[in-house]
Amino acid sequence: MKNWRNHLGLLLPMLVVIGFSLWPVITGNISTRESAFTILKAIALASSLNILLGYTGYVSFGHIVFYGFGGYIGLYFVNQQDWSIWAGMLVGGISAGILAFLLGKAILRLRGAYFALATIGINEAMKALFNNLDLFGGPIGMVLNFSVYKAYGGAAKALGMAFYIMAGLTIIALIISHLVRTSKFGLGLLAIREDEDAAEVMGVVAPDTKTWAYVLSAIIPGMVGVLFFFKNGNVEPHVAFPLHSSIELLVMVMLGGQGTVLGPILGAFAYQGMRGYFVTSEFFKDIQLSVSGVLLLLIVLFIPAGAVGWLRQKFPTLRRVLQ
Amino acid sequence: MTSLLQVKGVSKFFGGLQALNDVTFELPEGQILGLIGPNGAGKTTLFNVINGVYPATEGQVIFKDQDVTEAKTYEMAKLGLARTHQIVKPLNELTVIENVVVGACFGRQGYSLRKATPVAEEVLNFVGIADRSDQLASSLNVAQKKRLEMARALAAQPHLLLLDEVLAGLNQSEIAEMVETVRKIRDKGITIIMIEHVMEAVMNVSDRMIVLNFGAQIAEGNPDEIRNNPRVIEAYLGDPKLAQKLMQKAQE
Ligand SMILES: Nc1ncnc2c1ncn2[C@@H]1O[C@H](COP(=O)(O)OP(=O)(O)OP(=O)(O)O)[C@@H](O)[C@H]1O
Ligand SMILES: [Mg+2]
Repeated sequence: MKNWRNHLGLLLPMLVVIGFSLWPVITGNISTRESAFTILKAIALASSLNILLGYTGYVSFGHIVFYGFGGYIGLYFVNQQDWSIWAGMLVGGISAGILAFLLGKAILRLRGAYFALATIGINEAMKALFNNLDLFGGPIGMVLNFSVYKAYGGAAKALGMAFYIMAGLTIIALIISHLVRTSKFGLGLLAIREDEDAAEVMGVVAPDTKTWAYVLSAIIPGMVGVLFFFKNGNVEPHVAFPLHSSIELLVMVMLGGQGTVLGPILGAFAYQGMRGYFVTSEFFKDIQLSVSGVLLLLIVLFIPAGAVGWLRQKFPTLRRVLQ
Repeated sequence: MTSLLQVKGVSKFFGGLQALNDVTFELPEGQILGLIGPNGAGKTTLFNVINGVYPATEGQVIFKDQDVTEAKTYEMAKLGLARTHQIVKPLNELTVIENVVVGACFGRQGYSLRKATPVAEEVLNFVGIADRSDQLASSLNVAQKKRLEMARALAAQPHLLLLDEVLAGLNQSEIAEMVETVRKIRDKGITIIMIEHVMEAVMNVSDRMIVLNFGAQIAEGNPDEIRNNPRVIEAYLGDPKLAQKLMQKAQE
């Protein structure tokens, strides 16, 4: 590739994620695999949110809605219509993308806090909707038929496979993030983030550009949702649309460094690490969410660019590698 | 083509305030039009209306024989209009060259990233801030930010360039350089409207001038005619009552 230097920024993120995915494979330990799955999932979701939050500068507090919505739709086809997990993930990703497209047309004209508030409202409205949809089991949700796993050689094999798919989705999320960042489309997003009016004066068609960014940021979460509920064996409205997970994703992106490919990865590791400590600690386990709130505040006040942004400022020579 | 730009009976109200009052003029291709007038006269508002930041309350704007009265700013950019802002709007967290690449990528030519980079480098050289290419735009001083605004606009390779007080805040030698730059742009075949308070400079460089006062056109002509026009002198004396009387007379 001629312009390999342009892709140097993808190297470190890929090495980190691939290396990390191999860890449970090598140890062969199932509980290691479970925690690795959780972290990979966080990386994939945070990297997707980053396209909107980091590149475009639109704060979405309700991004988890795409995970829940796509997950519900995909699982329905896997469970009720005997579709394969692959087809289920595809339809989950596409439905999340379509939802984002429609929502984008409606709420992306709002700026700043108004947009953020609208995203919360949409997540809550969606939760209420699924609570009342009999097709999807209402408040009880859907429980996976055990026979679904048979097609993959039984539950144990299916769960093992889910881990590999999760690793694959995470890698795809990183590649998308990197391609967006280094493309003309991505430059338009950065321009919108910096000054939407100036960007439009220069010819960036902000309404369309923002909508596509929103769609791109929704597809992977929709697919992850299907996979997670497949692995979990069930889905319920409050598991599918947890507002606090949205906020945790926000903290991860901000902590690691918004607008960079590497940032959400570091943020996911750091946050999940802390979270692991907090849930096991007697004192912190009940106030875990307040802790993430305080953390968010501290980041915004003291390192608004996040860890990677801070490193880039301190060591400009590392800019090519730290992207 | 008759004229590149036609502004026909344009008025703009902000609530009860009339910022533009029946402004009409035509702009032939290849000219520099100087737009002057006291503070608050409506000069920037006229740019905003032409540019599509907000629509005119009344009247029509024709650009390259198309009615663009309702066009959005990004549509105007694609059609070949570029502008600088009186209050500079750098994309702070992007580098200087990235700022200019945005102009090249999304403006009239719509270059690919690969093609936009050499265009941006050339334009940065032309406006004289090539040595700042890799700095963040936020780190520039005001004079450099004005040049950055100009570079971004030029990178789009526009047909019409709107310059809003690019000389403000510059020292004498910087003004001389900038005036030279503006001339060179015109010599490339780009038509220019230039808002300016620095009188000698704008008189010096304009082919034709329009004077606005309280939103109304009070004079139009070549720099010599403007210099000797008693209405213009009155407007700049800053006597609002007198100016208003003059405006009424002009309307009769
Ligand atoms: N968006 C707006 N909303 C309300 N009033 C506005 C708006 N923009 C401009 N005005 C008002 O319209 C009038 C004309 O303003 P404008 O900025 O066009 O003046 P100007 O000729 O560019 O002045 P200056 O030389 O000071 O830049 C002023 O009274 C201003 O306060
Ligand atoms: Mg002005």
